[in-house]
Amino acid sequence: MSFKTITAAAIAAVMATGAVADENPAIEQRQGQFKLYSHNIAVLGGMAQGRMDYDAGMAQTAADNLFHVTRHDQSRLWPEGTDSSASMATRAKPEIWENLDDFVAKFVALQNAAEALQAVAGDGLDAMRAGVGPLSGTCQACHESYREEAS
Amino acid sequence: MRRLLTVLIALGAVLGVAAWVISAPRPIPAAEIDALSGDAGAGRQVFLAAGCGSCHMGPEREADPMLLTGGREFVSDFGTFYAPNISPDPEHGIGTWSQAEFVNALKRGVSPEGQHYYPAFPYTSYIRAGRQDIVDMFAYMQTLPADATPSRPHDLGFPFNIRRSVGLWKMLFLRDDWVVTGPLSEEEERGRYLAEALSHCAECHTPRNLLGALDKENWLMGAPNPSGRGRIPPIAGPDFTWDAFDISAYLETGFTPDFDVVGGSMAQVVNNLKQLDKADLDAIAAYTLRASP
Repeated sequence: MSFKTITAAAIAAVMATGAVADENPAIEQRQGQFKLYSHNIAVLGGMAQGRMDYDAGMAQTAADNLFHVTRHDQSRLWPEGTDSSASMATRAKPEIWENLDDFVAKFVALQNAAEALQAVAGDGLDAMRAGVGPLSGTCQACHESYREEAS
Repeated sequence: MRRLLTVLIALGAVLGVAAWVISAPRPIPAAEIDALSGDAGAGRQVFLAAGCGSCHMGPEREADPMLLTGGREFVSDFGTFYAPNISPDPEHGIGTWSQAEFVNALKRGVSPEGQHYYPAFPYTSYIRAGRQDIVDMFAYMQTLPADATPSRPHDLGFPFNIRRSVGLWKMLFLRDDWVVTGPLSEEEERGRYLAEALSHCAECHTPRNLLGALDKENWLMGAPNPSGRGRIPPIAGPDFTWDAFDISAYLETGFTPDFDVVGGSMAQVVNNLKQLDKADLDAIAAYTLRASP
């Protein structure tokens, strides 16, 4: 291997790392937020599906968490230029920024569903189930319109 | 030389006539269908399982899947297909169709005018459906609201814009036998009927060959997304790790085993299937697990 090829390879490697480092940090940060949703929905959905026994305390804690995580201020998490046409690291479709009012409305629907679920999560399995359905519906509405297929 | 030319022309003419004859639509005789009587109540479940609304609802984001206005676009390697209006509107929908015309559209891909439909319309799956189920579905669809939105013509390149060519495609690829065979339990057979005949899972989850036919060697093993980024995930084969509970629970609630929530075009599929009996979702799950080679 000549010095020239080694240098070229080194430059390519630096550029590749550079490309990752250049990714807008908001992408990874908002994905962290989604992981927290999922972390708590696993408890509520798991009980609703019968994967685990209903426990009022655990359900209430998870629903409280969801309430608070969905209240996290979104204003710095969705900057322009962080859509799926700009980066392979995100599945957030450009249509989000083309229909920002609708996207925000769908997010508010999630907040409202999380609040309603928080009010009933500790009131028994059936009451909690009645709150989980609408919550997952708000997730689904957004995923249907605004999320790319996984690779 | 002149003799050779004559022979070639004659041969060409014979081939042309043969292609024309072979490519002719082959409907089921109306008399075989006219005697059946549709039950709209039973037809609702068939309609949901067959997922008609997912493609034939309006193109708007919050469109009603029971208002079958058409207009959604489906991008493919052959051009862009636009789902037609199949609401009961007499002018722009299927309001004047006979029961036999409807059965032939779904099970043979032949229009009331005697033309071939393109296999973007999954008659390739519905051909396996029971006639009574299709007739019940027809009765149910007549109870849905009518809408006067005109259907939009497809936008296809040559030679795919010649409908008669679909006749040759059907000769090659339209089959009414089951893909997953072997001894199946009653539940697995029910699941196979739902998945292979009505819900047409394979139309998205199975890769296609150069002519757009499903590659049965890789049945349900995932495929490129024809209309965007990413892939349609496998639901069989070594890369599919869900168990029967996971599959049935996903179709019922939209939650994956990791508690991600369904999205994309699968969201409407779940919206439909969650309204079926839980036993039917369990059956689809049982079938899916049998589909792995």
